[in-house]
Amino acid sequence: MDAGILAQLVEDRAAKRPAVLATRLTDGFGKLVYPAEKQEENWLIKASHEVLASDRAAVIAGPDGDWFLNPFNPPLRLIVVGAVHIAQPLARMGQLAGYDVTVIDPRTSFASENRFPDIDLRHDWPDEAMAALAPDTRTAVVTLTHDPKLDDPALQAALKSPAFYIGALGSKKTHAARVARLKEAGFKDVDIARIYGPVGLSIGAKSPAEIAISIMAEITETLRQ
Amino acid sequence: MNSQNISDDNVLENAANWRAQGRKVALATVIETWGSAPRPTGSQLAIRDDGSFVGSVSGGCIEGDVVTRALETLTSGKPEILEYGVSDAMAWEVGLACGGRIRVMVEPVTG
Repeated sequence: MDAGILAQLVEDRAAKRPAVLATRLTDGFGKLVYPAEKQEENWLIKASHEVLASDRAAVIAGPDGDWFLNPFNPPLRLIVVGAVHIAQPLARMGQLAGYDVTVIDPRTSFASENRFPDIDLRHDWPDEAMAALAPDTRTAVVTLTHDPKLDDPALQAALKSPAFYIGALGSKKTHAARVARLKEAGFKDVDIARIYGPVGLSIGAKSPAEIAISIMAEITETLRQ
Repeated sequence: MNSQNISDDNVLENAANWRAQGRKVALATVIETWGSAPRPTGSQLAIRDDGSFVGSVSGGCIEGDVVTRALETLTSGKPEILEYGVSDAMAWEVGLACGGRIRVMVEPVTG
Protein backbone atom coordinates (compact mmCIF):
# COMPACT_ATOMS: atom_id res chain seq x y z
CA MET A 1 0.00 0.00 0.00
CA ASP A 2 1.20 3.44 -0.88
CA ALA A 3 1.88 5.59 2.20
CA GLY A 4 -0.18 8.41 0.65
CA ILE A 5 -3.20 6.13 0.44
CA LEU A 6 -2.71 5.05 4.06
CA ALA A 7 -2.55 8.71 5.18
CA GLN A 8 -5.67 9.58 3.17
CA LEU A 9 -7.59 6.61 4.57
CA VAL A 10 -6.67 7.57 8.14
CA GLU A 11 -7.92 11.09 7.36
CA ASP A 12 -11.17 9.71 5.88
CA ARG A 13 -11.78 7.66 9.01
CA ALA A 14 -11.21 10.67 11.25
CA ALA A 15 -13.63 12.70 9.08
CA LYS A 16 -16.14 9.80 9.13
CA ARG A 17 -16.19 9.74 5.33
CA PRO A 18 -17.22 6.34 3.89
CA ALA A 19 -14.44 4.98 1.67
CA VAL A 20 -13.50 1.76 -0.09
CA LEU A 21 -9.90 0.63 -0.40
CA ALA A 22 -9.64 -1.23 -3.70
CA THR A 23 -6.54 -3.41 -4.23
CA ARG A 24 -5.72 -5.25 -7.46
CA LEU A 25 -4.59 -8.68 -6.29
CA THR A 26 -2.34 -9.38 -9.27
CA ASP A 27 0.14 -6.64 -8.36
CA GLY A 28 -1.07 -4.97 -5.14
CA PHE A 29 -1.95 -1.68 -6.89
CA GLY A 30 -4.41 0.16 -4.65
CA LYS A 31 -6.76 3.13 -4.84
CA LEU A 32 -9.45 4.73 -2.73
CA VAL A 33 -13.01 4.92 -4.04
CA TYR A 34 -15.71 7.25 -2.73
CA PRO A 35 -18.90 6.02 -4.39
CA ALA A 36 -21.07 8.64 -2.63
CA GLU A 37 -19.16 11.47 -4.31
CA LYS A 38 -19.05 10.04 -7.83
CA GLN A 39 -21.46 11.02 -10.57
CA GLU A 40 -20.35 8.50 -13.19
CA GLU A 41 -20.98 4.79 -12.85
CA ASN A 42 -18.48 2.04 -13.60
CA TRP A 43 -17.89 -1.51 -12.35
CA LEU A 44 -15.59 -0.38 -9.53
CA ILE A 45 -17.90 2.33 -8.21
CA LYS A 46 -20.89 -0.01 -8.43
CA ALA A 47 -19.07 -2.77 -6.56
CA SER A 48 -17.81 -0.23 -4.00
CA HIS A 49 -21.39 0.86 -3.36
CA GLU A 50 -22.30 -2.74 -2.64
CA VAL A 51 -19.49 -3.47 -0.18
CA LEU A 52 -20.26 -0.26 1.74
CA ALA A 53 -23.97 -1.11 1.86
CA SER A 54 -23.32 -4.67 3.08
CA ASP A 55 -20.32 -3.57 5.20
CA ARG A 56 -18.54 -6.70 3.99
CA ALA A 57 -15.27 -6.87 2.10
CA ALA A 58 -15.28 -8.87 -1.13
CA VAL A 59 -13.11 -10.07 -3.99
CA ILE A 60 -14.53 -8.81 -7.31
CA ALA A 61 -13.54 -9.88 -10.81
CA GLY A 62 -12.48 -6.75 -12.69
CA PRO A 63 -11.52 -6.33 -16.37
CA ASP A 64 -7.84 -6.52 -15.38
CA GLY A 65 -7.96 -9.31 -12.79
CA ASP A 66 -9.34 -9.80 -9.29
CA TRP A 67 -9.71 -6.80 -6.96
CA PHE A 68 -10.16 -6.86 -3.21
CA LEU A 69 -12.63 -4.21 -2.01
CA ASN A 70 -12.45 -3.34 1.69
CA PRO A 71 -15.21 -0.99 2.95
CA PHE A 72 -14.44 1.58 5.64
CA ASN A 73 -17.79 2.79 6.93
CA PRO A 74 -18.00 5.40 9.67
CA PRO A 75 -18.56 3.77 13.06
CA LEU A 76 -21.94 2.45 14.11
CA ARG A 77 -23.78 4.84 16.44
CA LEU A 78 -25.52 4.21 19.74
CA ILE A 79 -27.86 6.90 21.08
CA VAL A 80 -28.80 6.45 24.73
CA VAL A 81 -31.65 8.54 26.12
CA GLY A 82 -31.40 8.92 29.89
CA ALA A 83 -28.07 9.33 31.69
CA VAL A 84 -29.14 6.85 34.36
CA HIS A 85 -27.00 4.22 36.10
CA ILE A 86 -27.49 1.59 33.36
CA ALA A 87 -26.35 4.16 30.79
CA GLN A 88 -22.89 4.31 32.36
CA PRO A 89 -21.84 0.69 31.64
CA LEU A 90 -23.89 0.67 28.41
CA ALA A 91 -22.01 3.69 27.03
CA ARG A 92 -18.65 2.10 27.77
CA MET A 93 -19.66 -1.28 26.34
CA GLY A 94 -20.97 0.46 23.23
CA GLN A 95 -17.60 2.10 22.74
CA LEU A 96 -15.82 -1.23 23.18
CA ALA A 97 -18.09 -2.77 20.54
CA GLY A 98 -17.09 -0.03 18.10
CA TYR A 99 -19.98 2.42 18.41
CA ASP A 100 -19.86 6.20 18.54
CA VAL A 101 -21.94 6.73 21.68
CA THR A 102 -24.11 9.76 22.47
CA VAL A 103 -26.02 10.13 25.73
CA ILE A 104 -29.00 12.50 25.78
CA ASP A 105 -30.40 13.87 29.04
CA PRO A 106 -31.46 17.46 29.75
CA ARG A 107 -30.75 16.87 33.45
CA THR A 108 -27.19 18.09 33.70
CA SER A 109 -26.61 16.44 37.07
CA PHE A 110 -27.28 13.07 35.41
CA ALA A 111 -25.49 13.71 32.14
CA SER A 112 -22.27 14.95 33.72
CA GLU A 113 -18.77 14.47 32.43
CA ASN A 114 -17.88 12.99 35.77
CA ARG A 115 -20.34 10.16 35.27
CA PHE A 116 -19.65 9.80 31.53
CA PRO A 117 -15.99 10.47 30.79
CA ASP A 118 -15.17 10.61 27.06
CA ILE A 119 -18.82 10.28 26.02
CA ASP A 120 -20.64 12.76 23.77
CA LEU A 121 -23.29 14.29 26.08
CA ARG A 122 -26.31 16.28 24.87
CA HIS A 123 -28.39 18.33 27.30
CA ASP A 124 -31.11 19.22 24.79
CA TRP A 125 -34.60 17.79 25.02
CA PRO A 126 -34.69 14.38 23.33
CA ASP A 127 -36.77 15.50 20.32
CA GLU A 128 -34.31 18.30 19.52
CA ALA A 129 -31.26 16.13 20.17
CA MET A 130 -32.67 13.31 18.05
CA ALA A 131 -33.42 15.72 15.19
CA ALA A 132 -29.83 16.95 15.30
CA LEU A 133 -28.39 13.42 15.44
CA ALA A 134 -30.61 12.09 12.61
CA PRO A 135 -30.41 8.32 13.27
CA ASP A 136 -29.65 6.27 10.14
CA THR A 137 -29.56 2.56 9.28
CA ARG A 138 -26.31 2.15 11.25
CA THR A 139 -27.75 3.67 14.44
CA ALA A 140 -29.21 1.99 17.55
CA VAL A 141 -31.44 3.98 19.94
CA VAL A 142 -32.11 2.97 23.55
CA THR A 143 -34.36 4.85 25.98
CA LEU A 144 -33.68 4.34 29.68
CA THR A 145 -35.35 7.16 31.61
CA HIS A 146 -38.70 5.49 32.53
CA ASP A 147 -40.09 9.00 32.16
CA PRO A 148 -42.56 9.40 29.27
CA LYS A 149 -41.70 13.10 29.04
CA LEU A 150 -38.18 12.14 27.98
CA ASP A 151 -38.57 8.64 26.50
CA ASP A 152 -41.65 9.20 24.31
CA PRO A 153 -40.33 12.06 22.15
CA ALA A 154 -37.11 10.08 21.60
CA LEU A 155 -39.05 6.93 20.66
CA GLN A 156 -41.28 8.88 18.29
CA ALA A 157 -38.23 10.35 16.57
CA ALA A 158 -36.59 6.90 16.44
CA LEU A 159 -39.71 5.32 14.89
CA LYS A 160 -39.66 7.96 12.15
CA SER A 161 -36.02 7.10 11.41
CA PRO A 162 -34.49 3.99 9.79
CA ALA A 163 -32.55 3.12 13.00
CA PHE A 164 -31.71 -0.61 12.95
CA TYR A 165 -32.50 -1.08 16.65
CA ILE A 166 -34.90 0.72 18.99
CA GLY A 167 -35.07 -0.44 22.60
CA ALA A 168 -37.05 0.90 25.56
CA LEU A 169 -36.41 0.06 29.20
CA GLY A 170 -39.43 -0.76 31.32
CA SER A 171 -41.52 -3.68 32.54
CA LYS A 172 -44.17 -5.36 30.41
CA LYS A 173 -46.76 -3.18 32.12
CA THR A 174 -44.77 0.01 31.45
CA HIS A 175 -44.30 -1.07 27.86
CA ALA A 176 -48.03 -1.74 27.37
CA ALA A 177 -48.79 1.78 28.59
CA ARG A 178 -46.11 3.12 26.25
CA VAL A 179 -47.59 1.24 23.29
CA ALA A 180 -51.01 2.71 24.09
CA ARG A 181 -49.55 6.26 24.15
CA LEU A 182 -47.78 5.72 20.81
CA LYS A 183 -51.00 4.43 19.25
CA GLU A 184 -52.72 7.52 20.59
CA ALA A 185 -50.04 9.58 18.87
CA GLY A 186 -50.91 7.92 15.57
CA PHE A 187 -48.25 5.22 15.24
CA LYS A 188 -49.29 1.94 13.61
CA ASP A 189 -48.82 -1.48 15.24
CA VAL A 190 -46.27 -2.47 12.62
CA ASP A 191 -44.14 0.58 13.51
CA ILE A 192 -44.50 0.12 17.26
CA ALA A 193 -43.45 -3.52 16.83
CA ARG A 194 -39.96 -2.25 15.92
CA ILE A 195 -39.44 -1.37 19.57
CA TYR A 196 -37.68 -3.97 21.71
CA GLY A 197 -39.49 -3.72 25.03
CA PRO A 198 -38.78 -4.78 27.67
CA VAL A 199 -35.29 -4.02 26.38
CA GLY A 200 -32.47 -6.58 26.27
CA LEU A 201 -32.10 -10.35 25.99
CA SER A 202 -33.63 -12.36 28.79
CA ILE A 203 -30.54 -13.52 30.68
CA GLY A 204 -31.69 -12.80 34.22
CA ALA A 205 -29.65 -9.60 34.38
CA LYS A 206 -29.83 -7.76 37.71
CA SER A 207 -27.08 -5.16 38.10
CA PRO A 208 -26.75 -2.13 35.80
CA ALA A 209 -23.72 -3.70 34.07
CA GLU A 210 -25.55 -7.00 33.55
CA ILE A 211 -28.56 -5.18 32.09
CA ALA A 212 -26.18 -3.26 29.81
CA ILE A 213 -24.76 -6.62 28.64
CA SER A 214 -28.26 -7.89 27.83
CA ILE A 215 -29.02 -4.69 25.86
CA MET A 216 -25.68 -4.75 24.01
CA ALA A 217 -26.25 -8.45 23.20
CA GLU A 218 -29.69 -7.70 21.76
CA ILE A 219 -28.31 -4.83 19.67
CA THR A 220 -25.56 -7.13 18.37
CA GLU A 221 -28.06 -9.88 17.56
CA THR A 222 -30.25 -7.41 15.64
CA LEU A 223 -27.26 -6.05 13.74
CA ARG A 224 -25.68 -9.36 12.80
CA GLN A 225 -28.55 -11.81 12.34
CA MET B 1 -9.63 11.60 21.65
CA ASN B 2 -10.24 9.01 19.00
CA SER B 3 -12.58 6.48 20.52
CA GLN B 4 -14.29 5.66 17.26
CA ASN B 5 -12.27 2.63 16.31
CA ILE B 6 -11.60 1.11 19.66
CA SER B 7 -13.04 -2.19 18.45
CA ASP B 8 -10.47 -2.64 15.70
CA ASP B 9 -7.45 -1.44 17.67
CA ASN B 10 -6.93 1.49 15.28
CA VAL B 11 -4.83 -0.71 13.02
CA LEU B 12 -4.43 1.83 10.21
CA GLU B 13 -3.88 4.72 12.62
CA ASN B 14 -1.10 2.72 14.29
CA ALA B 15 0.46 1.96 10.92
CA ALA B 16 0.42 5.65 9.99
CA ASN B 17 1.91 6.66 13.36
CA TRP B 18 4.73 4.15 13.02
CA ARG B 19 5.50 5.48 9.54
CA ALA B 20 5.54 9.03 10.92
CA GLN B 21 8.11 7.84 13.48
CA GLY B 22 10.33 6.66 10.63
CA ARG B 23 9.61 2.94 11.02
CA LYS B 24 8.95 0.48 8.23
CA VAL B 25 5.46 -0.99 8.28
CA ALA B 26 3.67 -3.88 6.59
CA LEU B 27 -0.03 -4.70 6.50
CA ALA B 28 -1.85 -8.02 6.43
CA THR B 29 -5.51 -8.25 5.36
CA VAL B 30 -7.93 -11.20 5.28
CA ILE B 31 -9.18 -11.20 1.69
CA GLU B 32 -11.18 -14.45 1.53
CA THR B 33 -12.55 -16.97 4.02
CA TRP B 34 -14.16 -20.40 3.73
CA GLY B 35 -15.86 -22.33 6.51
CA SER B 36 -15.67 -21.16 10.08
CA ALA B 37 -12.91 -18.59 9.76
CA PRO B 38 -12.23 -16.69 12.99
CA ARG B 39 -12.10 -13.15 11.58
CA PRO B 40 -14.16 -11.76 8.68
CA THR B 41 -12.71 -10.52 5.40
CA GLY B 42 -11.23 -7.07 5.70
CA SER B 43 -9.71 -7.78 9.14
CA GLN B 44 -6.24 -6.30 9.35
CA LEU B 45 -2.93 -6.56 11.12
CA ALA B 46 -0.27 -3.83 11.04
CA ILE B 47 3.29 -5.03 11.55
CA ARG B 48 6.25 -2.83 12.53
CA ASP B 49 9.79 -3.62 11.35
CA ASP B 50 10.74 -4.96 14.81
CA GLY B 51 7.94 -7.55 14.65
CA SER B 52 5.47 -5.86 17.00
CA PHE B 53 1.93 -5.76 15.68
CA VAL B 54 -1.65 -4.58 16.30
CA GLY B 55 -4.95 -6.06 15.12
CA SER B 56 -5.68 -9.65 14.09
CA VAL B 57 -6.36 -11.83 11.06
CA SER B 58 -7.33 -14.96 13.03
CA GLY B 59 -7.94 -16.01 16.59
CA GLY B 60 -4.18 -15.98 17.13
CA CYS B 61 -3.47 -19.24 15.28
CA ILE B 62 -1.55 -17.84 12.31
CA GLU B 63 -0.44 -14.37 13.39
CA GLY B 64 3.08 -15.62 14.12
CA ASP B 65 3.59 -16.85 10.57
CA VAL B 66 1.80 -13.87 9.01
CA VAL B 67 4.12 -11.47 10.87
CA THR B 68 7.20 -13.32 9.55
CA ARG B 69 5.89 -13.30 5.99
CA ALA B 70 4.84 -9.65 6.24
CA LEU B 71 8.32 -8.65 7.40
CA GLU B 72 9.74 -10.40 4.31
CA THR B 73 7.69 -8.06 2.10
CA LEU B 74 9.55 -5.12 3.66
CA THR B 75 12.69 -6.50 1.98
CA SER B 76 11.13 -7.70 -1.26
CA GLY B 77 8.88 -4.67 -1.64
CA LYS B 78 6.22 -6.94 -3.16
CA PRO B 79 2.82 -8.01 -1.86
CA GLU B 80 2.14 -11.71 -1.34
CA ILE B 81 -1.04 -13.73 -0.95
CA LEU B 82 -0.90 -16.45 1.71
CA GLU B 83 -3.34 -19.27 2.27
CA TYR B 84 -3.97 -21.10 5.53
CA GLY B 85 -6.26 -23.96 6.39
CA VAL B 86 -6.48 -27.55 7.58
CA SER B 87 -5.89 -28.83 4.07
CA ASP B 88 -2.70 -26.82 3.85
CA ALA B 89 0.62 -28.64 4.06
CA MET B 90 1.58 -26.29 6.88
CA ALA B 91 -1.50 -27.24 8.89
CA TRP B 92 0.59 -28.99 11.53
CA GLU B 93 2.63 -25.88 11.98
CA VAL B 94 0.28 -22.94 11.62
CA GLY B 95 -3.13 -24.32 10.64
CA LEU B 96 -6.46 -23.02 11.84
CA ALA B 97 -7.79 -25.08 14.72
CA CYS B 98 -11.36 -24.17 13.75
CA GLY B 99 -11.08 -26.01 10.43
CA GLY B 100 -11.65 -22.89 8.35
CA ARG B 101 -9.54 -21.69 5.47
CA ILE B 102 -8.42 -18.12 4.79
CA ARG B 103 -6.40 -16.11 2.29
CA VAL B 104 -4.34 -13.24 3.62
CA MET B 105 -2.63 -10.51 1.63
CA VAL B 106 0.62 -9.16 3.10
CA GLU B 107 2.09 -5.96 1.70
CA PRO B 108 4.65 -3.33 2.58
CA VAL B 109 3.62 0.29 3.06
CA THR B 110 5.70 2.01 0.41
CA GLY B 111 6.57 5.51 -0.74
